[in-house]
Amino acid sequence: MSHPTSAAAEPVSFYQLEEHAHPEGHSTMLGFWIYLMSDCLIFSILFACYAVLGGSYAAGPAPKDLFDLPLVALNTAMLLFSSITYGFAVLQMQQGRVRGTQLWLAVTALFGAAFLGIELYEFHHLIEIGATPQRSAFLSSFFTLVGTHGLHVTFGIVWLVTLMVQLGRHGLIAANRRRVMCLSMFWHFLDVIWIGVFTIVYLLGVLR
Amino acid sequence: MTPSSPPATDPIFGRLSLDAIPLHEPILIFTFLGVAVGGLVLLGLITRYRLWGYLWTEWFTTVDHKRIGIMYMILGLIMFLRGFADAVMMRLQQAMAFGGSEGYLPAHHYDQIFTAHGVIMIFFVAMPFITGLMNYIVPLQIGARDVSFPFLNNFSFWMTTAGAVLCMVSLFIGEFAQTGWLAYPPLSGLAYSPNVGVDYYIWSLQIAGVGTTLSGINLIVTILKLRAPGMRMMKMPIFTWTSLCTNILIVATFPVLTATLALLSLDRYVGTNFFTNDFGGSPMMYVNLIWIWGHPEVYILILPLFGVYSEVTATFSGKKLFGYTSMVYATVCITILSYLVWLHHFFTMGSGASVNSFFGITTMVISIPTGAKLFNWLFTMYRGRIRFELPMMWTVAFMLTFVIGGMTGVLLAVPPADFVLHNSLFLIAHFHNVIIGGVVFGVFAAINYWWPKALGFKLDVFWGKVSFWCWVVGFWVAFMPLYILGLMGVTRRMRVFDDPSLQIWFVVAGVGAALIAMGIVAMLIQFGVSIWRRHDLRDESGDPWDGRTLEWATSSPPPDYNFAFTPLIHDLDAWHDMKRRGHQRPVAGFRAIHMPGNTGAGIILAAISLVMGFALVWHIWWLAGLSFAGLIGGAITHSFNYKRDFDIPAATVAEVEEARTRQLAAAGA
Repeated sequence: MSHPTSAAAEPVSFYQLEEHAHPEGHSTMLGFWIYLMSDCLIFSILFACYAVLGGSYAAGPAPKDLFDLPLVALNTAMLLFSSITYGFAVLQMQQGRVRGTQLWLAVTALFGAAFLGIELYEFHHLIEIGATPQRSAFLSSFFTLVGTHGLHVTFGIVWLVTLMVQLGRHGLIAANRRRVMCLSMFWHFLDVIWIGVFTIVYLLGVLR
Repeated sequence: MTPSSPPATDPIFGRLSLDAIPLHEPILIFTFLGVAVGGLVLLGLITRYRLWGYLWTEWFTTVDHKRIGIMYMILGLIMFLRGFADAVMMRLQQAMAFGGSEGYLPAHHYDQIFTAHGVIMIFFVAMPFITGLMNYIVPLQIGARDVSFPFLNNFSFWMTTAGAVLCMVSLFIGEFAQTGWLAYPPLSGLAYSPNVGVDYYIWSLQIAGVGTTLSGINLIVTILKLRAPGMRMMKMPIFTWTSLCTNILIVATFPVLTATLALLSLDRYVGTNFFTNDFGGSPMMYVNLIWIWGHPEVYILILPLFGVYSEVTATFSGKKLFGYTSMVYATVCITILSYLVWLHHFFTMGSGASVNSFFGITTMVISIPTGAKLFNWLFTMYRGRIRFELPMMWTVAFMLTFVIGGMTGVLLAVPPADFVLHNSLFLIAHFHNVIIGGVVFGVFAAINYWWPKALGFKLDVFWGKVSFWCWVVGFWVAFMPLYILGLMGVTRRMRVFDDPSLQIWFVVAGVGAALIAMGIVAMLIQFGVSIWRRHDLRDESGDPWDGRTLEWATSSPPPDYNFAFTPLIHDLDAWHDMKRRGHQRPVAGFRAIHMPGNTGAGIILAAISLVMGFALVWHIWWLAGLSFAGLIGGAITHSFNYKRDFDIPAATVAEVEEARTRQLAAAGA
């Protein structure tokens, strides 16, 4: 495949004549990772706002008056379980079982929905007792940080349902496997963010 | 005037009513008539010559990085004319409004103009220009056939365009922000900006920001994953390096802008208290956050042009770039340091001497890698055989101009000096000095340099020189008076002046703006004349400047697939190396080439985003909800499309390459 040339002492080839095709979707994982890091930056800004404004109660309620740790613990458990069940879905996928993958994805979606339900209940309760996002900068940043996470979980559930349908249609083809892995990263990423929320907002909040 | 209290919200039309159309402003009405007539003529011509199908299949739905790059450049050029019209109006107003004269612009209009000028020039001129250049050149320079995510590329372009369109809509329906280009609260909060101006600002930037972030991710992955075999990181062309750093900065900062503007919109739409004066909010939080994005943004703009200057200097000096390694490290240093200087935009906030010192020193430190770059360019020219073609002329003008802008920047980095010069026209002169002298000149160098690659013929030299001299002289005449006025204490964004002794400087600056206007007209003539005389200016070789990097190895314009065979890289200046060692272009053994297919999903999703942005601006909730649902539905539908690519048959490739062989033979290469 090399071209002998007159000018060069040794034969050098300048073109790849035997093309090796890039496998389809070869850079999707890297791209998705970078996207996740950009999303992480959005959360970091929201965390920074909470860190700065989290003590500005404007003579309104403080974390101690508002947070119900056992409820938050239950909520956290739901999200952590959903990450485990997602792991099971990936294991099923690696064994080539479409039904099993779909089943565990469904379980994951249910845990995610339970998490969202509890979060909405908490928000509803807070707003009912007058701790609204408009009440103080602390509550503005609390609702925005936790709410943005919740919004991500909502999108994750929409994606889960879409993916289950796509798995049903096309089975475990390469494109679908890639999508399962991307959503897996997304889902676990939300888990990591939640650990930060749980620690910084709730645990440190009631200590404050 | 739009009413000063927010209008009532109608269930169907939201806050939108006939009052929103500025019928009482003759300037806007005539502009609207001009745009409407011009637009209708354009649409009529497209219909007359039956170009809609061609435009849709070949351009709007294309995923070809080259065509998307060209569309970005066209977007930047159109928005540049709008942004420059704003500049001329400001110069005229400030030259007139002396000795009791109110000028010709009411405050409400004038405040929108200086806001729109900044927003448009940064987001919808400079950003499309650099994204367009990177899109076009980077895949060619690394020997790739397209970017990593071609559909995303098309989508990014249309999102940027949708943001620009929303911004332009504000000219004729409602108003734009009157807050300055960064919309500091509390002025941009609901209490002081109750109308739609700031909402237009927010949503046009949010929509465009999605496009910018995605295109940043796309180009990072492209550069990391799709380099030709043998091109290690330290063998990448310098423009590709600077593009990589710029895109890293984009991905590392645009989410900050997105989050900050989202918080501002929550304050305005929901009534939260992030940046309000009461209930514990902190307006200074916004100023910090916006500049954590804003300072890296100026390096996002300048870094790719540093790459352009490097390529141009090496090519037209006939030498390899002096100090390639130091150039790469300088770029990386600037990338990192750009993140550590944001507070110098508000030394007067009162952070205290220690904090101000830290940020003053980091700001001065950043001039060291920048200075290193300048020396590298100078040493590249030293003992080179310099050809003063247009790209090289722009590069030399950049070096002379940018150095002055850099020095006034270092001056402003000294906190005590900044306390005097803060918010003055000195600052305005400084950043126009670096942005025009750095970014704009660089874009012009790049256009003159790569135009033959993109379109297959060179640009006319005579009109290029007319444009060059008008621009360079015009720049100095327009902005040196602002330095002087700034030193005399004149603050920015003033509409009328009391002291008549200042007027002469504003008149001189106005003359400068007129010279720049001539430069712009000459450039448009240059484009027109070049297209007219394209057969005389034709470049058959694909390498009109005796270039050094891979983009010159293929034909001009390149075929859809860029390279029939992926090049193998042995040297930093890959194409120069191939020419030097007498490479032979393969003329047989072509294979089918796998390529991504066109899709209309990008333009459709962006159009829905535009509708959603408009509905949110005017509080038309049903439409906002509907278009949001459409957006999600559209994205899901697109994800069900698994067949997104096709093969260019080997016979077609062979045909194209044979035509190329004949072309080269005829050109005697």
